[in-house]
Amino acid sequence: MARQLSLVRSDRDTENEPSGHQENIVEGTLVEAVNLALRHEMSRDDSVVILGEDVGANGGVFRATVDLREQFGPLRVLDTPLAEGLIAGLSIGMATQGLRPVAEIQFMGFIFPALEQLVCHAARMRNRTRGRLSCPLVVRVPFGGGIHAPEHHSESTEALLAHIPGLRVVVPSSAVKAYGLLLAAIRDPDPVIFLEPKRIYHAEKQRIHDNGQALPLDTCFTLSQGTDLTLLSWGAMISDCREVVTKMAERDIAIELIDVATLKPLDMETILTSVRKTGRCVIVHEAPRSGGVGAEIAAEISERALLDLKAPVSRVTGFDTIMPYARSETVYMPNTRDIEHQIENTLGFG
Amino acid sequence: MRGRHRFAIPFFRYLDEEGRPEDSLPLWTRDHDLLKAIYESMVLTRTFDQKAIALQRTGQLGTYPSTLGQEAIGTCIGLAMAAEDVLVPYYRDSAAQVLRGMGWEEILLYWGGDERGGNANIHSRDLPVCVPVATQLSQAAGVATAMTIKGHAGATVVTCGDGATSKGDFLEALNVAGVWHLPLVVVINNNQWAISVPLDQQTATASLAQKAIAAGIDGVQVDGNDAIAVYDALNNALEKARHNAQATLIEAVTYRLSDHTTADDASRYRSQDEVRKNWQHEPILRFRNFLHGLELWDVEQEQALLQNCQKTVDAGVDKYLAQKPEAPEAMIDYLYEFVPASLESQREAIIAKAASLNKNHQGA
Ligand SMILES: Cc1ncc(C[n+]2csc(CCOP(=O)(O)OP(=O)(O)O)c2C)c(N)n1
Ligand SMILES: [Mg+2]
Repeated sequence: MARQLSLVRSDRDTENEPSGHQENIVEGTLVEAVNLALRHEMSRDDSVVILGEDVGANGGVFRATVDLREQFGPLRVLDTPLAEGLIAGLSIGMATQGLRPVAEIQFMGFIFPALEQLVCHAARMRNRTRGRLSCPLVVRVPFGGGIHAPEHHSESTEALLAHIPGLRVVVPSSAVKAYGLLLAAIRDPDPVIFLEPKRIYHAEKQRIHDNGQALPLDTCFTLSQGTDLTLLSWGAMISDCREVVTKMAERDIAIELIDVATLKPLDMETILTSVRKTGRCVIVHEAPRSGGVGAEIAAEISERALLDLKAPVSRVTGFDTIMPYARSETVYMPNTRDIEHQIENTLGFG
Repeated sequence: MRGRHRFAIPFFRYLDEEGRPEDSLPLWTRDHDLLKAIYESMVLTRTFDQKAIALQRTGQLGTYPSTLGQEAIGTCIGLAMAAEDVLVPYYRDSAAQVLRGMGWEEILLYWGGDERGGNANIHSRDLPVCVPVATQLSQAAGVATAMTIKGHAGATVVTCGDGATSKGDFLEALNVAGVWHLPLVVVINNNQWAISVPLDQQTATASLAQKAIAAGIDGVQVDGNDAIAVYDALNNALEKARHNAQATLIEAVTYRLSDHTTADDASRYRSQDEVRKNWQHEPILRFRNFLHGLELWDVEQEQALLQNCQKTVDAGVDKYLAQKPEAPEAMIDYLYEFVPASLESQREAIIAKAASLNKNHQGA
């Protein structure tokens, strides 16, 4: 008897591959950008394999992997049994043998069984084999609140992951960023946790150049230049921050908005350069306040740029409580008013 | 009442306690070189084990998990696997790891607290020893999945203890191996104890092998102290994995004659009497009697083997002890493929701190 699963590697997978220079411009949302990037990379690189719950016929609960199984076959888009620890463990095993698995965890609230594998193995495989084996895997995880989802579907626990040496934690803030950063994450030789802000999955269509061009990891993106205050955030909150920046500009307040994008390892140089210039910094994140990534950034700024500061670094964050259910989630979530208010306070300090 | 499903778990044993064949032996046992290789590896493994414990007791090695009494399992895995197969071991598999190309000094480096013990052979795709119990099983399923996807002809062998069968990872891995028809062989070293917890506190099932039934794969139980039975089960399971894409669970029933590790004191939770009784079933004497019975082994060969084993182990120990410490910045250098810019200053700090510790040490 032949192997039950036989690799379907149809001609069109390789021959109709868009060449690196071909400009294929697609108007798409963030979740469509994820799909485009996956499709592009799977066409380019046979070793890229998708796995997760409902990623096959269903195309993922958010449709991020839609049509990929039809195009690439059941051996490159694997519907796994329902077990997150298994999904992570499978990905590690596959990655050590030269594949580039891209796993989907349906919601961040369900990543916890996978943490043991990610923390104890994915993050360490290169180190504990002194470079002999590595774990070039990506775990894609929709995260964050604001879509009135049920319990356990709205958390932001990025700090848990960003604490782990050996992992990369990457958060796109738009469709274009999602496309370029996901390509980079898949090509990265080490494990990347790719956190997708599901609140803005469908928020806005952008022109995505489907040309296989990756964006750099480990780098912040400066979205607007300004001299009055540095505003830092990532993921869905970038949209709210943009709104505030525009509003403030009308009042002649020039805000430098930085999309941190890679939470681990942190690009503190870009942040420090900006803060040294503006002297004021506000950090915005949805996750609970204490022990959040904002705390780490604030600590670094205070250690390395204290004398450049004109006001204390402050944070606009979720509260130190359990993510409330849908009815109260707007109370929990930082909003543009909270951000504006804190900016005014920081500007008025001293 | 009529049940819908019935099952039986096959049990295999070829040699009785005295090493006399109970049954007609599998054909491969006509390969006398292989029989001798099995015996030699088991003796070498035990020689190493004694030495490693001595090193630990004299402060030259960290905590070490002994393989005493369980030598048949690692040995048969190492000998039955082909080079292109992949081994996903736990911490009682040094026999298999060495048969697959690792040096004894690497095993010592690992337990001596040096990351270079993670198998330096750059050509090997085997995973390093796994400490978080049972997590290796889902990774092994991933290795086997990669083989299937790539159309690779090999099989994946993963090992775990009896305690590990209580963890979700164990059941999840068996389950996916069934669903996906993975070329996977799962070997349980059922040594009756998980540190101080006996098997009857891990499970109420009559065997561990029967857990395979719930996953839709074959489960077999073998006398883990009968190297013929262990090797034969592996051989069959590997064949099935390679040619039929079928996974097998092998439960090798044995006994941990040692403490759990050198940090453990088993006299706190089990009787000397129990241990003494189990010494009567241990695999090496049984196999030597078997070889004697076939007139394949004599006292001189035994003497020569013991001397050789001692030499091999001593050479490994010498290499281990002569190994200079790794550069301290290695703890950063292997975290990612390239050192991220944000870690450069910590890397410098590590170098400086190590240098100052060195200086203080020399000054003292
Ligand atoms: C997840 C996890 N929990 C606890 C431990 C501590 N621990 C190490 S070995 C062990 C017992 C394992 O027993 P078993 O699976 O039977 O293997 P054996 O050591 O007997 O070969 C425990 C509890 C661990 N390493 N990993
Ligand atoms: Mg045990």
